[in-house]
Amino acid sequence: MTADAPKAPEAPEPPEATATPETTPEPAATPGTPGAPDAAAVAASTPVREALHFALRNGKLIAGLIVVVVLLIAAVFGPMAFDHGPNEYVGPPAASPSGDYWMGTTMFGQDVFAQFLYGLRATFLVGVLGGGLAAIIGMVVGFVAGYRGGWVDEILNMLTNIVLVLPALVVLMIANAYLGVRSVGLQALFIGLTSWPWAARAIRAQTFSLRARDFVDLARLSGMRTPKIIFREIAPNMSSYLFMTFILLFGGAILVGASLDFIGLGPTEGVSLGLMLNNAARWSALQLGLWWWFIPPGAGITAIVGALYVMNVGLDEVFNPKLREM
Amino acid sequence: MLKLDNVSKVYRVGAFGGRTMTAVSDVSFEVNAGEVVSLIGESGSGKSTIGRMILRLTPVSRGAITLNDTDISAVSSTKDYYRHVQGVFQDPFSCFNPIFKADRVFAMIKEAYFPQVSAADWRGRVESALKSVRLDPGQVLGRYPHQLSGGQLQRMLIARAVLLDIRLLVADEIISMLDASTRIDVLNLLADLRARGLGILFVTHDLSLGNYVSDRTVVLRNGKIVEMGRTELVFGDPRHPYTRSLLASVPRLDVKWIDEPETEDGDAAGPCPYHDSPEESRTRPGLAEVEEDHFVACSGCADHPPQAEPRTLAKENA
Repeated sequence: MTADAPKAPEAPEPPEATATPETTPEPAATPGTPGAPDAAAVAASTPVREALHFALRNGKLIAGLIVVVVLLIAAVFGPMAFDHGPNEYVGPPAASPSGDYWMGTTMFGQDVFAQFLYGLRATFLVGVLGGGLAAIIGMVVGFVAGYRGGWVDEILNMLTNIVLVLPALVVLMIANAYLGVRSVGLQALFIGLTSWPWAARAIRAQTFSLRARDFVDLARLSGMRTPKIIFREIAPNMSSYLFMTFILLFGGAILVGASLDFIGLGPTEGVSLGLMLNNAARWSALQLGLWWWFIPPGAGITAIVGALYVMNVGLDEVFNPKLREM
Repeated sequence: MLKLDNVSKVYRVGAFGGRTMTAVSDVSFEVNAGEVVSLIGESGSGKSTIGRMILRLTPVSRGAITLNDTDISAVSSTKDYYRHVQGVFQDPFSCFNPIFKADRVFAMIKEAYFPQVSAADWRGRVESALKSVRLDPGQVLGRYPHQLSGGQLQRMLIARAVLLDIRLLVADEIISMLDASTRIDVLNLLADLRARGLGILFVTHDLSLGNYVSDRTVVLRNGKIVEMGRTELVFGDPRHPYTRSLLASVPRLDVKWIDEPETEDGDAAGPCPYHDSPEESRTRPGLAEVEEDHFVACSGCADHPPQAEPRTLAKENA
């Protein structure tokens, strides 16, 4: 479907063909006036514009993006609709979903819908900050170690291995307990600082194999310097891989955050999806049949991570020209 | 123009570089303007390493490479150096970043070296460069590497090199991935470039190709030169046993393989013909000039122990 989609809107308007000379072989073959816009396109169409062109026509990417954006908007603006906090006892205990409480109430009369929206906000924050920080550290360490090799690689690899074998949860518990960390931001920071090693190792291995390719030498022969080669030659080749790394780290940060919440080291004020799940489990919501207590947070986490995965599959098709023409 | 002076390359291998591996040792030769020099050797003989050192992709361990009497490692800006010295590599598919269009190799040149040239002007230059390598611009521009053939890609790389004001082209096994019909085109292209006054270092393992294009030949083995000189002399009158066995191993149409160990050659054991004794050969290493522009390495010295050649060709007596 990806191959058909770009062609259909362009057939009636030939000037638009400039954006995608690769899907329409006709203009390239005809010299003269029809070939002229194509010539301009070759010089003008940047990889970014081209990627955007395919991104907007990729069903998987758009579907995943819609889910994530809807949840993100709900997380950012949703809590404003409530005049009570997520943990206030506002309604009757253990009420099933109704017009007043869309997702029912907890065993103590807290509004599950309010908890869900506030929790979504905390979850996004932990995922973006924790996963983002881990992804940045992992990419820097992986790219530098993989590209430079030699003693730089040895040292960075040693550091990676040390952090890798640290029992992250135990370190988080000790650090959290000792420093008395109670904010979502600091929780995300701790998660980010401990969850990057596998990403660094994976990116290092990829960089290792890519830098041995001749196009890296050719870029050097074209006067490119090392940082530019990493960003313009090597990183684009693994862009969907890098995005997948971020998604996995994002999902991982959410889950580690939920675990921390469970053992009482999460943010003391407010609520997160992990905290909701664990509260529900602790008060036997499953056995008591309070399905509206644990399904929304579980579905929320699954929807975010799942939508990101689907986006990743779509992105692979956008970035890799060989997959586009299937 | 380009001169290698006792160039060596030593790699550190193992954890923390504990051991060393010599890839190239004491190699000296010259490439002049308007001359094709072929560098012939088997896999692992160090021929590609020499090419990479000339292209400054690998630093030189010992010795010096000079371009017009300037040490290339002293040229602070590699960008200026690559304006004059360019390379084309063995695998055209690996030379193109698969996620970008193939003509990006030209865009990179423009970005780095000709930012002031207008897009239309540049387009004209690219097209004429493509035509000079007998490519139809309309067929190759705006395409992805996987949509083009190896021969087209390889010629695009040569076109890319000639967009710059190059004086030396390092062609590292550029033919070996091409099929027979495009091979001869690319070889003739090199001849055109030579006629324009370029110096070309043609790295190959294929003797007949080397014989076809080159003015001078350097035969390399285990990182050392075993024989070099004018191509006719090296190929017509090989002196070193290794060169002879190489030439003997070129398959010919009129003979068949016979598994027959080489008979002990007189000059393969003991002191080599150019030194009086093994002791002398150790103290006077290097190449002996056997005739004008024809140099041969010692074949009997400790440095070059005679080795049993695995297989040779012999005429089938039928």
